[in-house]
Amino acid sequence: MDNQDQQAVAGAPTPALDDAPARLRLRDDAPFESPIAPLADFLAGGNFAAVRLEPGDDARALIPHFGRLKLIEVAFPKFRDGRGYSAARILREAGFSGEIRAAGDVLVDQLGFMRRVGFDSFAPNAPLDPGTVAATLDRFPHVYMKSSDGRPPVWALRHG
Amino acid sequence: MYRYDQYDQAIVDARVAEFKDQVARRLRNEITEDQFKPLRLMNGLYLQLHAYMLRVAIPYGTLSGTQMRMLAHIARKYDRDYGHFTTRQNIQYNWIKLEQFADLLDDLSKVEMHAFQTSGNCIRNISSDQFAGAAADEVADPRPYAELLRQWSTLHPEFSFLPRKFKIAVIASDTDRAAIQLHDIGLQLRRNDAGDLGFRVYVGGGMGRTPILGQVVRDWIPVGQFLSYSEAILRVYNRYGRRDNIYKARIKILVTELGIEEFTRQVEAEWALLEPLGLDAPQAEYDRIIAQFAPPAFDPAANDDLDLSDPDFRLWVEQNVHPHKAPGYAIATISLKPRAGIPGDASSAQMDVIADLAERYAQDEIRVTHSQNLVLAHVRKSDLYAVWQALEAVDLATPNLDLVTDIIACPGMDYCTLANARSIPIAQKIAAKFENDIAEQRDIGELKIKVSGCINGCGHHHAGHIGILGVDKKGEEAYQLLLGGSGAEDASLAKILGPGFDENGIVAAVDRLIAFYRSARAAPDERFLDTYRRLGPAPFKAAVYG
Repeated sequence: MDNQDQQAVAGAPTPALDDAPARLRLRDDAPFESPIAPLADFLAGGNFAAVRLEPGDDARALIPHFGRLKLIEVAFPKFRDGRGYSAARILREAGFSGEIRAAGDVLVDQLGFMRRVGFDSFAPNAPLDPGTVAATLDRFPHVYMKSSDGRPPVWALRHG
Repeated sequence: MYRYDQYDQAIVDARVAEFKDQVARRLRNEITEDQFKPLRLMNGLYLQLHAYMLRVAIPYGTLSGTQMRMLAHIARKYDRDYGHFTTRQNIQYNWIKLEQFADLLDDLSKVEMHAFQTSGNCIRNISSDQFAGAAADEVADPRPYAELLRQWSTLHPEFSFLPRKFKIAVIASDTDRAAIQLHDIGLQLRRNDAGDLGFRVYVGGGMGRTPILGQVVRDWIPVGQFLSYSEAILRVYNRYGRRDNIYKARIKILVTELGIEEFTRQVEAEWALLEPLGLDAPQAEYDRIIAQFAPPAFDPAANDDLDLSDPDFRLWVEQNVHPHKAPGYAIATISLKPRAGIPGDASSAQMDVIADLAERYAQDEIRVTHSQNLVLAHVRKSDLYAVWQALEAVDLATPNLDLVTDIIACPGMDYCTLANARSIPIAQKIAAKFENDIAEQRDIGELKIKVSGCINGCGHHHAGHIGILGVDKKGEEAYQLLLGGSGAEDASLAKILGPGFDENGIVAAVDRLIAFYRSARAAPDERFLDTYRRLGPAPFKAAVYG
């Protein structure tokens, strides 16, 4: 069935591919660049200020170490794997205020959700169109539920 | 009924604009089909065998006359003049053209409707009891809580890429008309000795390849905290539900693999962290929504008598009309299982008639049932005859509710890419044997036959008193026969009786089952299901296979 759908747009121009990941960062502080340790290495006691969580890693393992962490990168090997959304929100709920970066198969249509759960930087495999990014992040005037971005849910607006 | 305020409308409008933009980017090839697929699915758009299929959300199965008239308009303008009401109380259209889709969404949004989250690996449309607000046995109307869930789950940022789809049903009585034990979360509203409302929470029910009944994860959660509790369940599922195998990705598998005790422990631990975050809506929001579901002003002087001198009307009343909690009123079920019909289908003209009747006689409310019928929940008894006559005129007054011809069937291989076999013709052939003799149907009594065209079980075959499952057997359609399922408060899973059949064989087998049941029942009012439960499968097997 998907083949039929592909044919519907055959002949349309293919967008240029850029090998270099295009970063998107929504923080005011200076970007932090240093080696990013896998979770096991980080917990083993290496002197790291940045760590990478894979989808199966438990974000709560980092809670005792927030004091020395500047950046937590959450891996999205496949955009359909939504575990990273819970990881980001758990980190924010536990009080982490450093950078949380979504890295990998990060698509523009996920940015709104990612922003809400607490991601504030993005390292997508493929570059994102700035216009589409802006439209996506600005899309919804209201939200129904609390998350980690401080936006008031509509019930708070309704009842002041 | 719930009406949108400026916030609801603004969110729907933004969502429609977002999807139009996504479709445009897909058509410009800026996103791949693989990337587009979850986006269109979360907007209810499937690609089926012949065309796009659109599933429009009907939250908790309640809609107004105006909304029903719009559904008729959609069928007329964008489809082939009919729609198909589904087992999750939604409606789907089978012949949608992508280039007209934006206009269609605009039309829907004019009447506070949309197609969000009717598909995809997200929290789906919330389902509920079709008799809500009218049933004498409910502790309160469950729909305000379903609406709270609708809002909480709409565009939930953490739970839009779940391991698999997620279905929630809410009821408020001991009689289960929504099959809550076959949902990912089933919520039963109850009142405790202090008069407070709370939920019993079932988790991990489901059909499909691995049918499992839901288990109680909490016997009591106060209504004021059920959203944060649901959030805790979803988070445990999102983090630990299996993602390595699509057939093991539903929450039922997680609950089974962990065991209910360990699963409960994890949910409670998560909830202990989430509850203090103030995720639950305040009482004022509960009050605002509950007020919108306030019962209509029932006339205390409404005549409670009913003239049943017309025998055909009497038949319909006895079979399709239920008692209402208000004296002088009744609940009328409109059968979408007419002679030679397709289960759940309604034409534009029929939808228009139903919309008119709802506005004129039924407080402007229509309900969709998970058995693919429709309900007018608040009809004055003195108006029932007029309603029946109007329904009769458009072939909507078949007096067969819960009888052998009131069959659930999925679209099957006539429409669906997943199907291994056709479902609709099987339902029609079985019904054809009985549909001209309503007295015989009534003698057979309550009998729920449910037909699925593949293992995914959209036709609820595991919840059928008689379940039929279409399979592919070396390139030929074949049908397995299952007995003993129930989606009601006595929930149970149907089990395979024996070897499968071809199309004519399965129809004949059902015939033999019914003949045996009529000879073996202990009393005329012992249901097929109860006879099966009393005797076990052996004599039924002997009757079918000889």
